Amino acid sequence: MEAAAGGGCGSGPPPLLLSEGEQQCYSELFARCAGATGGGPGPVPPDATRVAPGTATAAAGPVADLFRASQLPAETLHQITELCGAKRVGYFGPTQFYIALKLIAAAQSGLPVRIESIKCELPLPRFMMSKNDGEIRFGNPAELHGTKAQIPYLTTEKNSFKRTDDEDKQETQSPTMSPLASPPSSPPHYQRVPLSHGYSKLRSSTEQMHPAPYEARQPLVQPEGPSSGGSGSKPLRHQASLIRSFSVERELQDSSSSYPDEPWRITAEQREYYVNQFRSLQPDPSSFISGSVAKNFFTKSKLSIPELSYIWELSDADCDGALTLPEFCAAFHLIVARKNGYPLPEGLPPTLQPDYLQAAFPKPKRECALYDSYSESLPANQQPRDLNRMEKASVKDMADFPVPTQDVTGDDKQALKSATNEALPKDVSEEPATKSGLLPPPPALPPRPCPSQSEQVSEAELLPQLNRAPSQTAESSPAKKDTPYSQPPSKPIRRKLRPENQTTENQEPPTTVSGPAPVATVKPHPTVQKQSSKQKKAIQTAIRKNKEANAVLARLNSELQQQLKEVHQERIALENQLEQLRPVTVL
Amino acid sequence: MAVCVAVIAKENYPLYIRSAPTENELKFHYMVHTSLDVVDEKISAMGKALVDQRELYLGLLYPTEDYKVYGYVTNSKVKFVMVVDSSNTALRDNEIRSMFRKLHNSYTDVMCNPFYNPGDRIQSRAFDNMVTSMMIQVC
Repeated sequence: MEAAAGGGCGSGPPPLLLSEGEQQCYSELFARCAGATGGGPGPVPPDATRVAPGTATAAAGPVADLFRASQLPAETLHQITELCGAKRVGYFGPTQFYIALKLIAAAQSGLPVRIESIKCELPLPRFMMSKNDGEIRFGNPAELHGTKAQIPYLTTEKNSFKRTDDEDKQETQSPTMSPLASPPSSPPHYQRVPLSHGYSKLRSSTEQMHPAPYEARQPLVQPEGPSSGGSGSKPLRHQASLIRSFSVERELQDSSSSYPDEPWRITAEQREYYVNQFRSLQPDPSSFISGSVAKNFFTKSKLSIPELSYIWELSDADCDGALTLPEFCAAFHLIVARKNGYPLPEGLPPTLQPDYLQAAFPKPKRECALYDSYSESLPANQQPRDLNRMEKASVKDMADFPVPTQDVTGDDKQALKSATNEALPKDVSEEPATKSGLLPPPPALPPRPCPSQSEQVSEAELLPQLNRAPSQTAESSPAKKDTPYSQPPSKPIRRKLRPENQTTENQEPPTTVSGPAPVATVKPHPTVQKQSSKQKKAIQTAIRKNKEANAVLARLNSELQQQLKEVHQERIALENQLEQLRPVTVL
Repeated sequence: MAVCVAVIAKENYPLYIRSAPTENELKFHYMVHTSLDVVDEKISAMGKALVDQRELYLGLLYPTEDYKVYGYVTNSKVKFVMVVDSSNTALRDNEIRSMFRKLHNSYTDVMCNPFYNPGDRIQSRAFDNMVTSMMIQVC
């Protein structure tokens, strides 16, 4: 137990020796403090989740309230805070918190507040609350629950229940709760009232509550020590606060035991974070992250290699050495859970299966892409957007469908890195722009997933510079319309189109450009013309800029040529001098 | 049905060796070790032909009184050796082949893990489970 507490966050204070009762009590308290603020651990919630996914911290507010409730004088509390190291590190991590609690217990028993005091056997710290429940609970947890063996069982239940009750009931009944919540007034849901709710529920439903997952969690809580108790609150709290329906569902499900594994459930916030991380590694959310890239990324999490290897094994469902977006989210989530102290499961939990993740969170993928589109605001390539959208829809529907497309696109993209990285954000950004209804997608066009996408990719390679944008526009539209055509025939078509496009792109909308294409079974689209006018302007500005650049470069070139001529002349002159001087030196 | 399964690297050191726990494990280790000579012999015999023509499945390497030893070599010279009980007469060649194929597939899955360095001991739980399933069928 000491290792868990001591090895938690800080290295300053000496390792704590906590008895079992203390262990549970402290972990509960920590969970309470960490869970009390709805925002997240620590004072700055979004950063905390990003910066330190492994550490759960208790917010200063509830911690201060708790300390005050211990009825120690303020100076003692200050001393304790300093000693435990919270001031030093700036937050209350598990270690700091437990040391603080131990010091409070020491102070309450009359011992001096020193680091050495925490090594003694001490009774549990007592916190006076208005509610009898709280007093009894903290003072004599053993009595209340009858036997010590029951404590972890009920405390874990209480933790989860309390939080679901907290957030749920807080939302629905906060006016009634707050007057009851008098003494530590700040976070009303930090009160005993939800506890009493939880208690009655517990007592009545102890039998209904299936003990299995909680007993499974009991060794989880105990051996993992305080950190899991504290951090277990984090995913639970996130889920309860962010996903109303899930928490309500979970209360029902807890008695019906369909998804008992809450720590393995990814919340929307976490999901967004994972998706952003994925995009930082691989711009296209529908493609892979290769094994080596993922390895470098996950190694930064500082988990041991065997653990990372095991996490990879769990999350790479198709064992192909690469991670798709749902696989990546599952792996990331497992890493986060592991850092928070949860032991890794024997098999991939059902809430982390790739198909579940893809089904459960299709929208955030698009929302992230939406966000991207507004930030990038690329004008070109609005046709392929529809493709991608429909491709993604079909990805959602058919599990096997993404495999061939992803394989192809994955291979292509790995082959054409820089070009694709530019091409793909355009694709992704266009897709949600369609969705947002700026440009109604032509519904008549069936999806044309891989050939067109790989086409765009390969043509991006062929036209690395400016012409990429216009030609892609032009070519993707006819390519898109050529649904019945398989990939090989469309490639030569594309190449033929290119020179035409380069000459005609500015004036004609893509529909007319595709007209001369031999393959054109083109349906004219009025929307395409609107797009093309915008594209025209963009193309024209691009052309202007390039002309200016050309002029500058030409001038530079002529200057350098002049200099070269002068240098040549100097050299000739010097050589002449050398010739004249040489007979003198030789002699 | 296998009593012992071993994965030997190209340099002839074991990447993974596991025996049915009831038996004397050292005996199996010796058997696998001696079977490596036979494997090398078989490889070199076929080696005159092109590597492509060499079959992965080597078949029965040698029988002893109680046990039979089968071998399988991959194209990267990683050897799989399996020891089965002689009394298990129901085991046919096809079944042995399918067991080796499963082993090979699991091995490639282990390889796909970027955190696995080739040459390390195999510690994959999925691989363990697969081998256990192969050994547990002994009744």
